[in-house]
Amino acid sequence: MTRYIVWAVSWLFILLVLVTPPAMVLTEALKDGLAASVATLSDPDAQAAIWLTLKVTCVAVTLNTIFGILAAWVLVKFRFPGRQFLQVLVELPLSISPVVSGLVWLLLFGAQGWFGPLLEQWNIHIAFAVPGIILATLFVTLPYVVRTVMPVMEVQGRDAEEAAVLAGAGFWQILWHVTLPGVRGALLSGVLLTTARALGEFGAVSVVSGHIPGETETMPLHIENLYNGYQSVAAFTMAALLALMAMSAVLLRSAPDWIARLQEKKA
Amino acid sequence: MRLSPFAFFKAGGSALPGYRLSLTLTLAWTGFFIILPLSTLLVYPWQSGPAAMLGALHDTRMLAALWTSFSCAGIAAACNIPCGFLLAWALARGNLPGHRLADALIDLPLALPTAVSGITLATLYGPHGWLGALLSLLGISVSYNKAGIVLALMFVGLPFVVRAVEPVLRNLPHELEEAAHLLGARPWQIFVRIIAAPLLPALVTGFGLAFARGIGEYGSVIFIAGNQPFKSEIAPLLIVVRLQEFDYPGATAIALVLLCISLLSLALIGGMRRRFAVWSEPA
Amino acid sequence: MSIEVCNLVRLAPGTQQRLLDDVSLTIPKGAFVALVGPSGAGKTTLLRAIAGLDNCNSGSVLLDERPMTSVKDRAGRMGFVFQNYALFPHMTVARNIAFGLDVLPRSERPARAYIAQRVEELLELMQLQGMGGKHPAKLSGGQRQRVALARALATGPRVLLLDEPFGALDPIVRRSIRAWLRDLHDRLGLTTILVTHDQEEALEVADRIVVMQSGRIVQDATPLELDEQPATNFVMEFLGEAVSFAGEVRHGRMVLDDALVLPFIVPDGVTDGPAVAMIRPYEIAIQKPTSEQDVLSIYAAPRGTRNGYRHYTLQIGERIIPFYRPVDEDDVQVQGVALDISRSRLFRQGLLCG
Repeated sequence: MTRYIVWAVSWLFILLVLVTPPAMVLTEALKDGLAASVATLSDPDAQAAIWLTLKVTCVAVTLNTIFGILAAWVLVKFRFPGRQFLQVLVELPLSISPVVSGLVWLLLFGAQGWFGPLLEQWNIHIAFAVPGIILATLFVTLPYVVRTVMPVMEVQGRDAEEAAVLAGAGFWQILWHVTLPGVRGALLSGVLLTTARALGEFGAVSVVSGHIPGETETMPLHIENLYNGYQSVAAFTMAALLALMAMSAVLLRSAPDWIARLQEKKA
Repeated sequence: MRLSPFAFFKAGGSALPGYRLSLTLTLAWTGFFIILPLSTLLVYPWQSGPAAMLGALHDTRMLAALWTSFSCAGIAAACNIPCGFLLAWALARGNLPGHRLADALIDLPLALPTAVSGITLATLYGPHGWLGALLSLLGISVSYNKAGIVLALMFVGLPFVVRAVEPVLRNLPHELEEAAHLLGARPWQIFVRIIAAPLLPALVTGFGLAFARGIGEYGSVIFIAGNQPFKSEIAPLLIVVRLQEFDYPGATAIALVLLCISLLSLALIGGMRRRFAVWSEPA
Repeated sequence: MSIEVCNLVRLAPGTQQRLLDDVSLTIPKGAFVALVGPSGAGKTTLLRAIAGLDNCNSGSVLLDERPMTSVKDRAGRMGFVFQNYALFPHMTVARNIAFGLDVLPRSERPARAYIAQRVEELLELMQLQGMGGKHPAKLSGGQRQRVALARALATGPRVLLLDEPFGALDPIVRRSIRAWLRDLHDRLGLTTILVTHDQEEALEVADRIVVMQSGRIVQDATPLELDEQPATNFVMEFLGEAVSFAGEVRHGRMVLDDALVLPFIVPDGVTDGPAVAMIRPYEIAIQKPTSEQDVLSIYAAPRGTRNGYRHYTLQIGERIIPFYRPVDEDDVQVQGVALDISRSRLFRQGLLCG
């Protein structure tokens, strides 16, 4: 009896609290029909926002994946003084407000910042420009790959790598042939989480972007702009697209499980 | 034995290659992306003199905004404890029908970009939204006030609680309950003494993560909050307002307080967790 | 290849605790050496230090009289088999075995056909024909063990280092693979170092045994020497069941504290003073009554038969002592007047004397 109550309450809660928001995004987006909402995406500012978001995401994911692998490698496979401190440092962006994560880049590269005026002389613009957006996104997404890869590397230990080094393999060979194949599930998961976060980052980017439509507006910023301008259909269409991208990245993490399950069924 | 300041750079305690390269790159990357930016927070407020800093800290609007952020994050995290526990229980122990789907849906708030959840929650709980209309029938208004902030923070914080509790609940051996049952414990005693007690550290962690996330949350809150100064203005938003007024020291002062308090609460929760978990961690 | 270990010291990271305490060891070409000792004695640490896997605080390792400073110097010249085999789980058996050849720089790497042929040779040598395409997870423990050996041997090393290689195998497989390994060592002319905590395994397979205790080498000798002249009471006990009797040497005779144990003549050079006599249960003899007046005070209670010995226990005062005698001796009932332990070794302050 208790069990049925738990089931009913759980599903009611999931439906009311978790399922209604994405469902509403879709209904609001399609309020005037599919054609009308697709038309809003052909707006040049919307297109620019989509491209900028994709570009920023590509850069952030690539750089932070490379860094994440190296950081996880050094943190797991070696013991050195200050190792735990470094680990805390790497995870720090997770516990910092997105707005603060944007603010720090203004303090460095803004007009009133430490290096801003200097760079201004050489005509390099970081704050209120695309480089600032990239820096803020890199900061916010920095911990994800490290965090997902480290525990798996930890479990694997060092034996396989030691066997490889005794067989004569060098650093890149070990990383490529021995370590990474063993953590590829976690790596994929970390990369996809980084992607989802980079796509959707709002607070940090909002602070450094300067909100110039068509130039420094990413998809989340463009959504805000449209929503505040009472362009509900356009706002929710863009929101639906962004949510779709981010959610499929998150869902794809279990793709290896599905494939394994399918193969099991076949066998 | 003499230890040179760069001894750690050579040793690494392992014969694996790539130590120097990966350590150098990691230090360079964290140095530029973490240490340098965060050092601005520590240094910048003092650049215009301690008086300005103290003045900025005495700003009543800032104190109100901080209070709004902390109280709403605390209430939201506390409300998430029973909800999260229920869902974790249903997933880990309750044989919930469709548990695979439910499991995927739990992560939804994490997957949804904050701006999207912001405008969605604002519309959904707005006076004409599906749930807002429902609540207004009961005479409850949640948009443009603190209740809206709490609701938004509950939405984004829920996965943290569920994901903290669920694995612990799953790994709790069934034999414990059976042993307690054989020793004559009644169901509620089993629940309180055998199940809830070992979950305490996980609940504290879940609360802490949801709370820390809530303090800094921006995108999902600002659309529903109404953002009236002294009433429903959260601290991260005030930072943005100060920046728009070009009051950089003011913005930095708030950011520093926000950072210190969220780090402090994380440290506090870490400490509490260790206290609660003395029996489970190897000495 | 000969291996020389000179004054190796390794401290536990961040402490002053000595994992290896000034260890020196010379291993001639072609030897099969077993490192034995209780867990925590430093056997694996020493083996890893020889392989260059752990940095040592001081000391050196020489291979054919050339010092080895890093793992790179040793790569491909030393085969190492890990306790849990450390096979690469995502590679097939063939790729695992070929790894050491695959990672050579392009200029030194043999042709693909040669590598394939070498893998086939090794699979055959390891009696793993037809297994090349499988993944390690699909193999039994004994098969994995042999894949790990094949991988270690692929680059043609002259030195083979084995870290508890039989630990995870069941007793029957263990015995057969042990004999096979010894045969492989002889056929390929390897220099082998084996770490094991099982002294019987060591005695059976190795021609030299190095006993370690708390980071030091206690004794380095042939199995026969080890049995006849154990350097310390620890070695004596570690190599098999031993019974000890306290007593005192007086004028060339060891007089035991227990009156039921007969005194015996000690070798020349043992000075007077307290000592401990240690003896294996099968070396104990029982003095039969010689006349009617002798009181039968020792009765042996039978405890079954194992490995060609009848096992008994004897009660001497408060103590219970094991006592074995060959099955082919007729009388099953054993009784007598006293114990004859003249085949004992004598120890003073833990060290062998005489």
